[in-house]
Amino acid sequence: MVAHAEAVPKSRHPLLAFAARWLFTTNHKEIGTLYLWLSFLLFFIAGAMAMVIRLELFEPGIQFAQPEFYNQVLTLHGLIMVFGAVMPAFVGLANWMIPLMIGAPDMALPRMNNFSFWILPFAFTLLLSSLFMEGGAPNFGWTFYAPLSTTYGPPSTDFFILGVHLMGISSIMGAINIIVTIVNLRAPGMTWMKMPLFVWTWLITAFLLIMVMPVLAGVVTMMLTDRHFGTSFFNAAGGGDPVLFQHIFWFFGHPEVYIMILPGFGIASQIIPTFSRKKLFGYHSMVYATAAIAFLSFIVWGHHMFTTGMPFVAEMFFMIATMLIAVPTGVKVFNWVATMWRGSITFETPMLFAIGFVMMFTIGGFSGLMLALVPADFQYHDTFFVVAHFHYVLYPGAIFGTMAAVYYWLPKWCGHMYDERLGKIHFWTATIAVNTTFFPMHFSGLAGMPRRIPDYALQFADFNMVSSIGAGVLGLTQVLFLFIVIKTIRAGARAKARVWEGAEGLEWEVPSPAPLHTWNTPPVIAEGEVH
Amino acid sequence: MTSYAGGLKSGLTFLILWGLPHLALAAKLDMRPGVTDMSVRIQQIHHMGLWVCVVVGVIVFGAMFYTMFAHRSSRNPTPATFSHSTPVEFVWTLIPVLILVGMAVPATITLRDIEDNTDSDMTVLITASQWKWHYKYLDSGISYYSNIATPEEQIYNLEPKDEHYLLDVDNYLVLPTNRKIRFLTTADDVIHSWWVPDFAVKQDAIPGFINEAWTEIPEPGIYRGQCTELCGKGHAYMPIVVEVRPEAEFDKWIEDQLLAANLAGEAAVAARAKTWTLEELVPQGEAVFVKHCATCHQRDGMGQGSKYPALAGSAITTGSIPDHLDRVMNGKANTEMQAWAPQLSDLDIAAVITYERNTWGNDTGDVIQPVTVYEER
Repeated sequence: MVAHAEAVPKSRHPLLAFAARWLFTTNHKEIGTLYLWLSFLLFFIAGAMAMVIRLELFEPGIQFAQPEFYNQVLTLHGLIMVFGAVMPAFVGLANWMIPLMIGAPDMALPRMNNFSFWILPFAFTLLLSSLFMEGGAPNFGWTFYAPLSTTYGPPSTDFFILGVHLMGISSIMGAINIIVTIVNLRAPGMTWMKMPLFVWTWLITAFLLIMVMPVLAGVVTMMLTDRHFGTSFFNAAGGGDPVLFQHIFWFFGHPEVYIMILPGFGIASQIIPTFSRKKLFGYHSMVYATAAIAFLSFIVWGHHMFTTGMPFVAEMFFMIATMLIAVPTGVKVFNWVATMWRGSITFETPMLFAIGFVMMFTIGGFSGLMLALVPADFQYHDTFFVVAHFHYVLYPGAIFGTMAAVYYWLPKWCGHMYDERLGKIHFWTATIAVNTTFFPMHFSGLAGMPRRIPDYALQFADFNMVSSIGAGVLGLTQVLFLFIVIKTIRAGARAKARVWEGAEGLEWEVPSPAPLHTWNTPPVIAEGEVH
Repeated sequence: MTSYAGGLKSGLTFLILWGLPHLALAAKLDMRPGVTDMSVRIQQIHHMGLWVCVVVGVIVFGAMFYTMFAHRSSRNPTPATFSHSTPVEFVWTLIPVLILVGMAVPATITLRDIEDNTDSDMTVLITASQWKWHYKYLDSGISYYSNIATPEEQIYNLEPKDEHYLLDVDNYLVLPTNRKIRFLTTADDVIHSWWVPDFAVKQDAIPGFINEAWTEIPEPGIYRGQCTELCGKGHAYMPIVVEVRPEAEFDKWIEDQLLAANLAGEAAVAARAKTWTLEELVPQGEAVFVKHCATCHQRDGMGQGSKYPALAGSAITTGSIPDHLDRVMNGKANTEMQAWAPQLSDLDIAAVITYERNTWGNDTGDVIQPVTVYEER
């Protein structure tokens, strides 16, 4: 498991050596860094697309983006945020932290690790190149419903299909690697119920990925054969079924949304005990709740399809199954509050982001519960209420979770402390901006504004203007985040091995910055010492 | 005492002055109750969900803020050491289950009534296509298209936007009060969704499927809605306007429509009998083009890329007339170019083809007669 980087002869041109180091690395920390930087880059690209969307929606009328272009930007924003920003960020965190946290010298399959990362830049180049093609980029939304994406899709749809295949292969390999690592490479004494919650949530997430990414691959392959090889899976004129597409897509899509949140749960479960100086409350119920959420995620896909003409009994089933998710999710939120209860709490930036995560994710959970009520869903469905709902679980959920993790572990990665004052400014401006952007969307949705439109009736104007202003500020705060990260990498106060006094876990036993190779000799985990 | 009373009074006055406009705002923030019995019941379900979330939220967030304040390190330097409690965890698993059951029961009862499409008094078949609605009254056979009426000048900010910007159509869907109306929805091309918030009816229109929904409207009036499923670049531009009339007026309207359909048939016969000149057809053709064709092919006939080809100097508009007729009347398979034969009259098709062949530098001089279109049908 010696990194190839060390095999590169020193006599080469420095640029070549640099390229070779990052192209051929099999080191989990370096690959983790690559994942994180790629996701950061794609976060800004997809974020710029969000700026185009909000700019167009600033006022009624068409100003900046023609409807055709608007739909392309909307589609790429969703696809890149989901597959390019959130998922690779979590895989990057997994790469960096799981071996450190379980006392393993590296990931179990380092070459595959390299491969699963280096597929991604090509996948996203394929996807983004479609913007410059004749007929434009995919324009059917990230859910790519047939037949809009099959019979009526632009020629670049085939590039999208190939891009999704590559992302899927990357995700499946990443997930296999994580599972194999956790199952086989835990240090002696690191029993299942001693594993840190971040490791647990990622283990469960990896199983979700292995279950559903092939389903996504299946549905895009069916699209491909519908488009070019004369099949009619989704073409009603040929005896096919457009609704079948939605069933397959959401069988992937619902577990996918938990793939984007469970690692965030894990992160909050690491950070909140640290800054409360108290053990995580209800460790066992946290693990079981995560598993319960993962299980339920497979039987709720129909709640995305209540208006497709589903029979009463099916609607009832999906409503009740969806409402049940509130129970394990509630357990998690209550446990986090109980962890803080009678702790000795301080509010460093990671803690602020973790608390923000818990609160605002809960707001998204509340609107999710409301959306589960089928009669009300007939009014909410495909309006901005839904946009508000899933942005609350994804932005202050998944993305704040990732930022909490970055502030929490960055000193371990680069050996410097970040600027606490700037970190706090980042948190507060981002929190105000995220709510200014997404909270008014509840109202525009309730007032009747459909989603995915470039232009809207005058009655929605006020809410949209507020959202757009919030979005502009939100975009700027992330430039501040980039600045803070670069500043921390370049300089800053020396970080101790145990960066946070209240932190527990093996990652704090190694020096900061963590050397390239750690745990070559597995640590010994004392009997009775728990997570 | 008096100063207290004065303070209280001015405080109350302030609250009322501040509160009244905000009450109006609260109504703007909420889901609208709509006008049907069902839309009101659905708003009640919405309120039930909302208030449960608000109460739970106040408790959970209240506990979080309390602990952040009371247990911060400066006040509570020594943390407690408890890390689990089976009874507490059991209770906060059980209570949500009970709350959820309490919510599921009324939701299920309402849902059962929403899905009861039986015993309707009349049926309207709604067929969606990019980007317009087609309504067919199955009981009387009347049918027509409903297109957006907002002019492009308003969309592109060249003219001030009127009150019903993007929510106005050329032909309203006319419905009676106090009858149970069954809607059947389907689509010709991609998936659309027919939604009128005031009726709380939202039903996807899916090619190859026929879905059902129903409503019963007690109040006459104009009700507006929009397509709610992404259906291509015109998704924002396929509004729905429903005009609800008292029963007797509605029945009269149906009679008038049947009469008008007869007259239109006679007018079509007359149009076929006449030989039209270029000067007569071009202005009429321009009007048809602006209404139906310009969104894609653009007013200047330059199109938009390869997906929406230019008509100025194109092979179709300057080539053989039968090919041109075929493209306009039957469309082009698997593209957004639709078949216009079922949507436009003989005269409109003759006029628009004549217009296309004699504008933007196309100077074929061809004049297409309505009778030619009629024979092509």
